[in-house]
Amino acid sequence: MLTNADLLALDGKPGDFTAKIRQRPRYIDADNCTACGLCTQYCPKHLVDPYNEGLALTRPIHIDYAQAVPATYYIDPSSCLHLTHDTCQICVPVCQSHAINFSQQPEEISLKIGAVILSPGFGRISKETLAKFSYGKHPDIVTAVEFERMTTASGPFLGEVKCFSDGRHPKSIAFIQCVGSRDLGCNNGYCSSVCCMYAIKEALVAKEHDPEVDITVYYMDIRTQGKEFDKAQLRAEAMGIKFVRAKVADVTPWENRLQLTYSTLDGRHEFVPHDMVVLSVGLEAPKDAHGIAKITGIELNQYDFAKSDTFDPLTTNVDGVVVAGAFQGPKDIPESVTQASAAAGLVAGMLEKQRGQGIVHTEYPEEKAMGEEVRIGVFVCHCGINIASVVDVHKVEDSVEDMEGVVYHTDSLYSCSADAVETLKERIIEHNLNRVVIAACSPRTHEPLFQETLKSAGLNRCLIEMVNIRDQCSWVHAGEPDAATNKSEDLVRMAVAKARGMQPLPEQTVPVTPKAVIVGAGIAGMTVALTLADQGFDSVLLEKGKTLGGNLGLLNHTLDASETAAKLKQLVAKVKKNKKIDVITSAELVDFSGFVGNFSSVVASGKKEHTIDHGVVVLATGGHEHRPGGYLLDENKKVLTQMELEKRLAGRAKNRAPDSIVMIQCAGSRGDDLKYCSKVCCNHAVKNALQIKELNPDSQVIVLYRDMRTYGYAEDAYREARLKGVIFIPYEIENRPEVYEKGRKLHVKFFDELMQEEMDITPDLVALSVGIVPDGTEDLSKLLKAPLTDDKFFLEAHVKLRPVELPVSGVYVCGLAHGPKPVDETIAQAQAAAAKAAIPLVKGAVSVDPIVSTVDQDKCIGCSLCVSLCPFGAIEMIKVGKRRKAQTISASCKACGICSSHCPTFAISMGGFTNEQITDQIIAFGGVKEKETADVA
Amino acid sequence: MSDDFNPKILGFLCNWCCYAAADAAGVSRFQYPPNLRTIRVMCTGRVDPAFIVRGFIEGADGIFTGG
Repeated sequence: MLTNADLLALDGKPGDFTAKIRQRPRYIDADNCTACGLCTQYCPKHLVDPYNEGLALTRPIHIDYAQAVPATYYIDPSSCLHLTHDTCQICVPVCQSHAINFSQQPEEISLKIGAVILSPGFGRISKETLAKFSYGKHPDIVTAVEFERMTTASGPFLGEVKCFSDGRHPKSIAFIQCVGSRDLGCNNGYCSSVCCMYAIKEALVAKEHDPEVDITVYYMDIRTQGKEFDKAQLRAEAMGIKFVRAKVADVTPWENRLQLTYSTLDGRHEFVPHDMVVLSVGLEAPKDAHGIAKITGIELNQYDFAKSDTFDPLTTNVDGVVVAGAFQGPKDIPESVTQASAAAGLVAGMLEKQRGQGIVHTEYPEEKAMGEEVRIGVFVCHCGINIASVVDVHKVEDSVEDMEGVVYHTDSLYSCSADAVETLKERIIEHNLNRVVIAACSPRTHEPLFQETLKSAGLNRCLIEMVNIRDQCSWVHAGEPDAATNKSEDLVRMAVAKARGMQPLPEQTVPVTPKAVIVGAGIAGMTVALTLADQGFDSVLLEKGKTLGGNLGLLNHTLDASETAAKLKQLVAKVKKNKKIDVITSAELVDFSGFVGNFSSVVASGKKEHTIDHGVVVLATGGHEHRPGGYLLDENKKVLTQMELEKRLAGRAKNRAPDSIVMIQCAGSRGDDLKYCSKVCCNHAVKNALQIKELNPDSQVIVLYRDMRTYGYAEDAYREARLKGVIFIPYEIENRPEVYEKGRKLHVKFFDELMQEEMDITPDLVALSVGIVPDGTEDLSKLLKAPLTDDKFFLEAHVKLRPVELPVSGVYVCGLAHGPKPVDETIAQAQAAAAKAAIPLVKGAVSVDPIVSTVDQDKCIGCSLCVSLCPFGAIEMIKVGKRRKAQTISASCKACGICSSHCPTFAISMGGFTNEQITDQIIAFGGVKEKETADVA
Repeated sequence: MSDDFNPKILGFLCNWCCYAAADAAGVSRFQYPPNLRTIRVMCTGRVDPAFIVRGFIEGADGIFTGG
């Protein structure tokens, strides 16, 4: 990982690029820095903190935030006194691990690489655009990014919302949407896609901090089109946050308040004062987009984002260079993470031949026998003065002297330094230690390092217990040295008690059958199969229908005018020709068993039954158009769905583009039969409306909508439709349009919010935007023990960070089975699912974390409570003799311990966290009482 | 020592969320009272009600589970 680095040049060809990189100095050796933060405390110079949007002060030597990677401090060369005036250097002697190095110089590095992934993120909306809303004229007008820092609990104000002008808590806050988005005035014609959602989140957080605060969101369309996002808006409304559809013309400072001037749909102008105004700023292309384009040769689109197309959403015009994240177009976290996985998978395919090269394997001595005797070594760390300035380290060390099982104890300045780690290894061998307690920092950051040391000393890596006397003691009780020392002693005593019961845990690896089963052969499933084949893996593609292609076969073209039929034909041919892909049509998955790496599926196809052994499974089961009641669909042949309309428009009938048509958005969605937004219907309506205008420019096209959700670049098409005369009229949910027949005429009755009157018209056709429902997810959910959302889509393992994995290991999801989405997002998600599914296939074995549950089958009464409780499907019932017994599937176990804490006969034990160990810790905790009573006496 | 009530609190912290948050509190140098003694678990699902009862038996004035 090269941070502080710039790409200077890229030469060569795919598989054989040379990248010239400049690495700027950080003036701190990352290998030595322990991220203790002492240098920042001593640095005498102030620096306005850019990470906190200038709302706080930091020092030239600092780290941006607690979770920064790498966890290494750096020096800002433009403000450091030594680097600007050749003075100071106070930090040098302060740093006890000698990490500060002012002799570092910028370095030019030449790297041999096979492929490039561009993920530079997004840029900021210009100050000129913000100035239109008086930003800069009054301190209480803030950007949403500033507001985010303000409301963050770990931010400069600890989450307190206050006006910069006078420090008062605002009683009323206005959010203004679409600042720098959907605005040709700043050449940002697109919608930034994320601002509605983040505004709702920030409003909710502000409301949580102060339930009395009055919040109004001024918007054009609320675009919460993502999976489960509409629920957030409903929650916001339930908490009293107001949403006003209006265009804000002006923000004027007015005494100590801010006067908003806005106009509403019915043409009224309003003037409303607020205490604070938050500008929901959009996402721009990164500032150096042109520089990146010049170096790599990629093309940019009209808004300076990387150019790509619907069917290859991450591929640029340069072979071997792919793009991911906001540089591809404005997007939120789940989609960025999805694209990142997809990009990694695509690159892995390009570099398939080089796979496995350059890996260094470490050899460890054989684990020695434990012996009967418990021999614990306790190591207490000073962490420079991080621990030792608060906690009396020697007192803590002395306190273990007489503890049962402790045969050795010592202290060290920095336990994690290279020489201390070597000493630790020597002491383990010298004193024949078989359990180690290290009182230092967090196991979350340092346990892996010490586990390596144990392994190199011939001990099982599970024979270590860390005590966190820094992050959770000295750092948080800085002013109470006695209490902190006392707490450290207690925690060490509890750890020693636990350590007595530690046992070596086996390192298991389970071989993986290098094959995938993909359920569903639409665009998602086919993309998965082809992407896996590129990486060299076999797959079996199951299709319940007779042909491949799914919903894509029902479309004619996409919004950016790519023909779908030709593309689909190409794809199907590619899939059929590929020797690594086995297609089974008319297929149904009838049985499924096993665990990651070792699944077995039974597939029925006609009269045949196939049993397939495979390592992973990808669910790409798709969905179909919902058919809502109440709109005369299937009753009057003039009422069509958008899909049916698209088909009609693609036909040859002379009058296929009607003279008048009404499109009704959200027919059956967003609170009707379906609770959710289907994401694609607004684009679909705009696409069909444009097609009608193309064929019949005089046609009257009216679109009745709740919020036009033409997010991203689709906003351009929405604008084009308006310019071509398509009429868009909003309606409210409590006032849905009514479709009825009178005589032989088809009527649509609706309330026109613009004219403020009831309308009744008789169009030639009515097109319904009907939403999408998933196919067969309920049956699959039962078969695979994979959970669903309330709306029957598969629920991912983590909505933001693991968007294509299901909680059950080895099972992945993409396409409409995950949630409604357009073709380009489906393809990126399918590539991501393939990339994730390829991980166990590449490794060839699944390594099982040693901390897993085990069932004592003598104690198990076969009640199967654990099976029903396990969220990961990691326990199965097996027959032992005549009885049913529970058994852990180690490869699927995530160590949560729910089984163990619920087993009525205490038959289930958690490795490293046994009942006995935790009870011993609690008993050792009890020692606190006696000691403190003694102190008082 | 003052007569103020000085409770002993036993905490069960989930490795993935609450324990991580307690680390982050440390990195940010947030100060809080030193009354808590913690036991790290891989998930609060591991916390058997028996542990909580046992904690009270051993003299805890309060039990905190963070997950």
